[in-house]
Formats: sequence, structure tokens, C-alpha cells
Amino acid sequence: MHDGGRPVLEVQGLKTVFRVRGGEIHAVNDVSFDLKPGELLGVVGESGSGKSVTMMSLLGLLPSPPAEVRDGKVLLDGQDLLKTDEDTLRDIRGGKVGFIFQDPMTSLNPVFTVGYQIMEPLRKHMGMDKKAAKARAVELLELAGIPGAEQRLSDYPHQFSGGMRQRVMIAIALACDPKVLIADEPTTALDVTIQAQIIELMKELRQKLGMAVIWITHDLGVIAGIADRVIVMYGGQVVEHAPVRELFGNPQHPYTKALLKTVPSVRGERVRRLTIIEGQPPILGAPPSSCPFRDRCGSAVDECARRNPSRTLIGKGHDVACVMVEQKEAAHA
Amino acid sequence: MLDAAPSKKPLVEVRELKMHFPIYAGLLRRRVGEVKAVDGVSFDIIEGETLGLVGESGCGKSTCGRAVLRLYDLTSGSIRLEGKEIGPAPQAALRDMRPRMQMVFQDPQASLNPRMTVQAIIQEPLDEHTTLSTKEKQQKVYELMDAVGLNRRFAGRYPHAFSGGQRQRIGIARALALNPKFIVCDEPIAALDVSIQAQVVNLLEDLQEQFGLTYLFISHDLSMVRHIATRVAVMYLGKIVELAPREALYSAPLHPYTEALLSAVPEPDPSLEAKVERIILQGDVPSPANPPKGCNFCTRCPKVMDICREVEPETREVRPGHFAACHLHEITSQTAGKTAAQKEANERQHGE
Repeated sequence: MHDGGRPVLEVQGLKTVFRVRGGEIHAVNDVSFDLKPGELLGVVGESGSGKSVTMMSLLGLLPSPPAEVRDGKVLLDGQDLLKTDEDTLRDIRGGKVGFIFQDPMTSLNPVFTVGYQIMEPLRKHMGMDKKAAKARAVELLELAGIPGAEQRLSDYPHQFSGGMRQRVMIAIALACDPKVLIADEPTTALDVTIQAQIIELMKELRQKLGMAVIWITHDLGVIAGIADRVIVMYGGQVVEHAPVRELFGNPQHPYTKALLKTVPSVRGERVRRLTIIEGQPPILGAPPSSCPFRDRCGSAVDECARRNPSRTLIGKGHDVACVMVEQKEAAHA
Repeated sequence: MLDAAPSKKPLVEVRELKMHFPIYAGLLRRRVGEVKAVDGVSFDIIEGETLGLVGESGCGKSTCGRAVLRLYDLTSGSIRLEGKEIGPAPQAALRDMRPRMQMVFQDPQASLNPRMTVQAIIQEPLDEHTTLSTKEKQQKVYELMDAVGLNRRFAGRYPHAFSGGQRQRIGIARALALNPKFIVCDEPIAALDVSIQAQVVNLLEDLQEQFGLTYLFISHDLSMVRHIATRVAVMYLGKIVELAPREALYSAPLHPYTEALLSAVPEPDPSLEAKVERIILQGDVPSPANPPKGCNFCTRCPKVMDICREVEPETREVRPGHFAACHLHEITSQTAGKTAAQKEANERQHGE
């Protein structure tokens, strides 16, 4: 449904490295994806898979040192963010690109009122005066579904519940009509009933405002309900990318398959025993020269140790980085 | 396998358990109220079963689990473990019972002493409660490490050298050290990655079979509880609102809160997900320091009636083994009873 437009955001060959004592950690290895106007891109992966670091790298949000974005292009409306100066980047953060973080308690400043924190981007980025900013702030809080918006402007973050705080974060992120909204595990810290409220709200807001969203999560259930397209990350790279129904209906990478099987459902068949993925996710001291999932993969072959497979297109908008899939495709062609 | 066979005796019997925490305020730190974290819960845990305890954060499920192990001094209530009353007993008198009941904590990072080796951590309960020789203890620690799938070679390492899943295994080995009957697992998988969660859950299931353990499995993850539990209790604001065998609870929940909770769980299958009818609850959980009058859920309940705001519903057995505390089911079962009686009377009249 969003196939038409030119992408608002294009990431090509992004590499991020952390310098640590005694070496380097290659957190993001050659990640590429694009984001079309109005679409919701889900990013799934376990902790340490590089999903948050990728998004932080886009806007230069990682402290350097130790982080270093070593390679790649991040094109926002054709402008390469990795080559722009800090001032321009600051304008873009909270302006064209909004951010929502996982923990609403630590991402709001406890010593300023919520009103002040919403008005800050409005005054800085949009140049509004105090009165206009206040009116807009009330509008935003109402949009985010906070009852009694006008009175609550003078409240501090601790006076809000977890769900309400996340609504405040959403209001702040939406303040300057962003083209792209990056939501990093926005519902992970919330209870299921509150999570359902926030997901409903996000669906509604997308329809109303039409911004493109990148939604990072480890919860496959959340992704199934809201995403248009999904990228699955493992060991700092994209291992599978597909439209949401295709990914869940026809997963091809052994990691995606295994991940889908380890999660029990509250509605479907109940399995007697959970399928497990043996071992741990890798820590990459060097750019991987072999498939990062090799050690935990049930169907690994010798070839997997020899090289790191690149992403192969296997269907409409569906690509996979797996040696086995490559070989199958080659046999077909 | 369905509902725990009624012939089996309960291992743990909890009656009217209350755990209130005082709130002090003002200059003189006067007692101004109390947080009713657990406010009169009753349940049995049958030997060999896993009772799942679910609810949102702040509903009192962890406090309940800790209170059952008498990690707190109770406000009131009775707890019987293997028939022995431990509710009002002073802490010193509980020492003999401690080896029978153990706990696995949520955060494997915080529940292991970073200055102790794995060997020392797993051995500590043995030091406290047994008179084994050093060599015997060493042997026992190795056996426990084998049982939970840790490599013996790592006995001399410190917790920081292990991953989250492995740390949780250390915590489980420590809980098993004294051959307990009953283990409270307080969110044992919440801090772990998805692919590691399944490893730990499978381990818990294996150990249950191997050692004949009984679990109280506390979690907010409804899909995992459906996998592991025999029966499930749902808590809301310090009270158990519904308790039923697993399948009955998930396929036909009786309490509106359970319904809403289950409907809110996202479905990792887009075709099923599209069919889910979500019940979106409005607002947040009220403060347990000041619960609403009547039913605790009346402020958010989509099916609220006038009576709910006045009278607290009693827990009743709506179907065999399926308990719910909701006025909806009092009324339906009463009217059902009434109509049945009327029908019978009518038939009798007609017959005459």
C-alpha cells in the first residue's frame, strides 16, 4: 500500500563500531534499509542484535568515543545525515525526526514540568512564542489522549503513570510534525493492557498524521499487529526482510523460523514443549567473516563457516541472508 | 491431566492472606494509611502442579509470592505448607521449614552476590542447613550444576562472567540445593531474551518432573503461563479475581478483567491477529492505598453495573474448579438457579 513514493529515509551499508578496552565491538555490520512515506517498518531482534544502536547511529546519538560510525550513508530526503554538521543534526532531531524511547521515566527530565518539556522543541525548532507553544502543547497532549490536558501541563513526570508518561513522550515526539518517528521499544516497559492502549493510539495517530514510523521491538506479537514491513536483525546485521504477512507466513531464515517457534501463543495451539535456540547471541570482536547465526543454527553446513552470506532477493520485497537460501535460489535460476 | 485430580492433596493452602504496608507521612511520620498490596487471597497449590499467578505490575503478585514463603510478617491470614501452619509463626521458628520452600528471583543480576563464586553461591544453603563435609558439598554442587545445565568447569567463576540465562540457571541451582518441595518462581524469565526464555522454561519443566517439584509461577507473560501452568490465578489490585484450570481460563474466561487482559496480548501471527477482538481498558490501575468502593475493577470494567460500585463481589465456584469474583456471575448463576427452579415448578404444575 505504500509502494509508490520515494523513500523518506534510506540507510545504506551502515557500520558502527565501539572501541572498548582491548579491541572493538562491531555492533552494526553493513545494515541497509529504506522507509517509505507513511509506512511502519518493524525492527525485530534480541538484545545485542544491534537494532537500537542502528537507530541511534542514524542521528548521531551515540557518544563518540567509544562509538564510531565507520561507514555508510543515511539519506533523509536525499540529505546525508552522516555528513552534516552537529547544528543541522540538532535541528533534525525532534524536528523532522521524532524519537520515543523505551523507558518513559528516564527519558523525561524529572525537574521540569511536562508542559515545559513539550514546549521546548516547539520554541526551539518552530520558533513559536510562549502562548502559541502552550496552545499547541495542549493540542498535542489531547492528541496523545491525556485527559485534562490543560491542567496537566504544570505537572511533573512523577505525577504521571507509566502509560501516561509514554503518552507524554509521544506528544513530545510529535510536536514538530516529524516525517519520521523512531520508536525504540515504546511499549516494553508497560503492562499489556496499557501496551494495547498505546498501540491503538499509535495506529490512530498514523492515520491522522501520516508519518513514517520505525518501531523497534523484541516482541513478535506487537510487530504482527502494526507493521507493514519487518526487518529481522541478528549479530548486527539484517538477516531477513519482508512484508509482515510474508515474514510470518513464509519465514525463510533459520533464525526467524526458530524465533517464531520459541514464542508461545495465548490463542493458537498449545505446544507440549517449547522449541529452543541453543546457545547465546554472538559478541562480534571483528566484522563477521562467517554467518553470525552459524553456531546456533540447526541446519548449518560447512559453507556457513566460510563466508557471511549477503541478502538475496527471493520474492517480492522479501530478502534473506542465508547460505542455504542462496543455494536454493541458485538451483532454481 | 485436566484439573489437578481432586484426590491429590494440596501442598500449600493459603487462606485470607493479607499483606498491608503502612504509609508514614508528615513531620511526625504518623501512620496515615496503608498499601493493601495483598488483600485477602485464598488458594491451594496441589502437589506436583504449577499454579500460575498473573497480573499487571503493582497488582500484588510478587508480594503474594513472597508472603507465601513468609519473607514478610503477614498482616493476617493462614498459610499451611504440607499441613503445617506457617502463617503467624515467628521467623526463627521457620528456619526448619526453609529447606522445604525456596525461591527463584526475577533479576539474576541482582539476586546473586557478585563477590561470591558460583560454587559458593550454590553451596551457601548447604552451609546453612546441612552438616555435609566439604567434599560432599563440592560433589552436591557439581550434581546441581549438571542438573541445571551448567558446565562444572565454571564453578570457580563469578556471576559477571555468565550471561543472563546462565545466571538464572545458577539461581535455580541454588534454589534446588536443599531438595525443596515447593518453589516460588517470581518472574524468572522476565529479564531474559526471547530465545533464552524458552531454554529456562524447558529447564524448569524438566526439573519439576525429575524432582517432583511444585511451583508457584508468577509472571505477567500470559502466553508463557499458558504454556507452563496447570491452573492459573489472575490478580487485580491485591485480590484474586479468577482462578481456573489453564484451558478453561484461556478459552472461556469469566471475569471481565481476565477477558480484557487476554485480549490485550498481541498475537505473533498476523492472520490470527486480525481476528482478535481487543477490549481496550480505559485508564490505569487505581492505587492500592485507596482502592475503590465495591469491586476493585469497577473503575475500568466495561461491563460495570450499579451493584459493582457498592458491594464487593464474593469469590464463587461458577463451574467446577473455576472460581471468579464478579457480580455478573453471581447474578447469572442466581437467575439461572431461579429460572431452573421456576421451570421445574411449571413442569410440575403442568404435570398435575
